Amino acid sequence: MERDKNFILGVFDDEDVLLDAVTRIRKSGVKIHEVYSPFPVHGLDEVLGYKRSRLPIAAFLFGLLGTTLALTMQFYMMKIDWPMIIGGKDHAAFPAFIPVTFELTVLLAAFGMVGVFMVSSNLKPWGQARIFDNRITDDKHVMAIDLATNAGLGEERLAEVLKDSGATEVNKKSFE
Amino acid sequence: MQVTSSVREPLITGGKTLKDVTHDISRQVEGKPSMLWLLALLVSVGALGLGFIALAATLWEGIGMWGLNKTIGWAWDITNFVWWVGIGHAGTLISAVLLLFRQKWRMAINRAAEAMTIFAVICAAMFPIIHMGRPWLGAYWALPLPNTFGSLWVNFNSPLLWDVFAISTYFSVSLVFWYIALIPDFATIRDRATGLRKTIYSALAFGWDGAAKTWSRFETVSLILAGLATPLVLSVHTIVSFDFATSVIPGWHTTIFPPYFVAGAIFSGFAMVLTLMIVTRKVFKLEDYITIGHIELMNIVIIITGSIVGIAYITEFFIAWYSGVAAEQYAFVNRAFGPYWWAYWSMMTCNVISPQLFWIKKIRTSIVLTFILSLIVNIGMWFERFVIIVTSLHRDFLPSSWAMFYPTWADVGVYLFTFGLFFTLFFLFAKFFPVINMFEIKSIIKSSSTKESK
Repeated sequence: MERDKNFILGVFDDEDVLLDAVTRIRKSGVKIHEVYSPFPVHGLDEVLGYKRSRLPIAAFLFGLLGTTLALTMQFYMMKIDWPMIIGGKDHAAFPAFIPVTFELTVLLAAFGMVGVFMVSSNLKPWGQARIFDNRITDDKHVMAIDLATNAGLGEERLAEVLKDSGATEVNKKSFE
Repeated sequence: MQVTSSVREPLITGGKTLKDVTHDISRQVEGKPSMLWLLALLVSVGALGLGFIALAATLWEGIGMWGLNKTIGWAWDITNFVWWVGIGHAGTLISAVLLLFRQKWRMAINRAAEAMTIFAVICAAMFPIIHMGRPWLGAYWALPLPNTFGSLWVNFNSPLLWDVFAISTYFSVSLVFWYIALIPDFATIRDRATGLRKTIYSALAFGWDGAAKTWSRFETVSLILAGLATPLVLSVHTIVSFDFATSVIPGWHTTIFPPYFVAGAIFSGFAMVLTLMIVTRKVFKLEDYITIGHIELMNIVIIITGSIVGIAYITEFFIAWYSGVAAEQYAFVNRAFGPYWWAYWSMMTCNVISPQLFWIKKIRTSIVLTFILSLIVNIGMWFERFVIIVTSLHRDFLPSSWAMFYPTWADVGVYLFTFGLFFTLFFLFAKFFPVINMFEIKSIIKSSSTKESK
């Protein structure tokens, strides 16, 4: 059987039941493809065993880039390219450069981080989502289990595990 | 699992379920627009059109159309600019600062408040751009672009240039913050819709699927954007105040300006949020999400920031006297008792006295009185900027140059244009975008909603 095509879905109504179910199902040796929720469920990433996101590092690096670019730009323009005496101060009046430096740091950190987030989460204008269940964005949490990765366990066994851990519905979903 | 104290007031009333939240908020987007909405939009577009005549005349003839003279070179334009930017500040305060403080009541109002921020900043940015006279050349004056003068760069020592960077960063970061949070809600509408609406909201939803991995990253991004937006919002009005504080005009040249302006900005912004939300909750029947409790909390923020502003006014006066500088003392006495006394005392009444009424619980939990007071605060904050700007300028260093400012129809018209623009954008937002952040409300429904149905 091909991977990433045929799934068995457990539908959950309650986030606390879902959290317990994820822990139990993972313990029983089943590999969970992904859990889809209508809102962020706190602790879900931990029980699924996801590592902490490295996006803060991306934000920091982009911020650093912003700081460097802003200071270099202002120093070059005000001191090297066309030095002018303004208010009797040094051409490179660093205290006066701080506001613009701060703004460009924030700008690049924010845009850089969001850009990385969009790329890593595959979000783009006109992007098409693979929708497991229309109610994911409404009121249901859906746990997707790939039948191919869990080929050792039968479909009935997986359905049983899902039902036992509190799923209110068990469905099947196949993608082309 | 989240634990919420049982003595806390519920944030959502009416025993709503997750499905109810989706339904109540998507309903506005999916339904036919109401007559009331169409009427409101018509009035806004009308104001936009009327104001456009003044805008076009100003661009065609030049800023000589305004009531400025050689003594008072800044008046309504910059007053309106600072007023609009200030209004914008509440949106970021609600969505970023209250997120860092984990204030869950923000969730019902942050979407609309941020929309207000974005639209208010657009309106604010109009004024300096129009005041350039030839805005089509403005990019060369405002941005460090290579030009035919060799290149002669913009002056990075000028607070006006800092403002360009501050306002444009503020606008773009707010826009991104707002849009990121809209994506999951657009996906909700996408998954309920068919036909053309599905196509449009699919494009807007960016392919959101609600995966736990994406939510985890999403939470990180929101937290960091909030962390970035918090100093950003403080920096924006600080830099706006530098436009005045770094000059040598008595009445402007004071170190108290940055915190005083930031407090005033939040004060006026919350007033505008209240004005808009009281109307929105009524028209869209969102009383279960934006409760009296929410209104009361916003009124408490108004008392605090209003009191800070009041103390700042008194401090300015005290320091002017204490400094022993005659020009400084004259500037302040002239504000209160000179030809613009009426503007000064309007400001004092609207900003210092009227918010103190919110100490009375009956008043701060009354929707009608809150609405009236929110309008009064907005009027007061407009007068504050007018007083600071015009009264400080109108007594020039030479008595032979003393003058008064009289607005022309073009001054009024351009201001009307920004009102038209603001409300047109806000009404379009309220109809076509989910006005309340659905997924955030859903995340607290278990802990902060009343269980029983009414």
